[in-house]
Amino acid sequence: MKVRVYVSLKNGVLDPQGRAIQHSLEGLGFSGVQDVRAGRLIELEVDDTVTDAALDEMCQKLLANMVIENYRVERIAA
Amino acid sequence: MKKNFRAAVITFPGSNCDRDMAVALEEVTGEDVFRVWHGDAELPADLDFIALPGGFSYGDYLRSGAMAARSPIMRAVVEAAGRGVPVLGVCNGFQVLTEAGLLPGALMRNAGIRFVCREVALTVENNQSLFTAGYMKSQRIRIPVAHHDGNYFADEATLDRLEGEGRVAFRYAEEVNGSARQIAGVLNAAGNVLGMMPHPERMIEQAQGGIDGRVLFESAVRGLVGA
Repeated sequence: MKVRVYVSLKNGVLDPQGRAIQHSLEGLGFSGVQDVRAGRLIELEVDDTVTDAALDEMCQKLLANMVIENYRVERIAA
Repeated sequence: MKKNFRAAVITFPGSNCDRDMAVALEEVTGEDVFRVWHGDAELPADLDFIALPGGFSYGDYLRSGAMAARSPIMRAVVEAAGRGVPVLGVCNGFQVLTEAGLLPGALMRNAGIRFVCREVALTVENNQSLFTAGYMKSQRIRIPVAHHDGNYFADEATLDRLEGEGRVAFRYAEEVNGSARQIAGVLNAAGNVLGMMPHPERMIEQAQGGIDGRVLFESAVRGLVGA
């Protein structure tokens, strides 16, 4: 089974990369972009026996840094 | 082989300041330094000092320091730190210490996006720690930085706690990377773990432009074995 883990910066944490991307978009002539936040998508291929609790633990122990990031886990039906 | 001062430098795949760190410690202690590989499960016995060097461990994959913080040797480092063994993390070493949970906060991409590689002015905020006792309070020193992810972040409550407990060891005396409250180096609650982005091991003799970094190593050695 495929699992997608979306890691994003918490609200209130400044995102210099997002700011730079926004700036570049403006430079390319795109208007109306109010904010850009850059995150990370991690795809896992796991056995069906891997529990939600185990996935949570993976996120908290390694995939996300809980000081600055949030995560969201999504199971994709095979 | 019992040495007078037993220091170890940990090398991760991608560390590149490990030799400089070992040389600095050898210069100051007059003793050989143990070189420890990230995959080792154990540290040499009876260590007086552990240093985590700068570099780009594991290619900065996932987040700077994230993979190194979960490597086998770090379990032993965390355990040693818990017993009070002094641990110094410089640059990538600082990132590893935050990722390992030995220090609060996180080091994010520099506010200006660019890699910053130059000598910067620092203010010694706390000269009561093992690592900083040789400096004067509020002393202005110059030490080089070389990093892309040195933008220190912690929530306001954590920052207030660090300030209140005197755990901000060094502050940038100029704008460098967008760090919260210009923080350049922080101590753990017990005072035996220091993480800092500037490289003291690159300022240990006049030929390098000064000895402002040497003072840190001398402070630690003096504090541990006496003058």
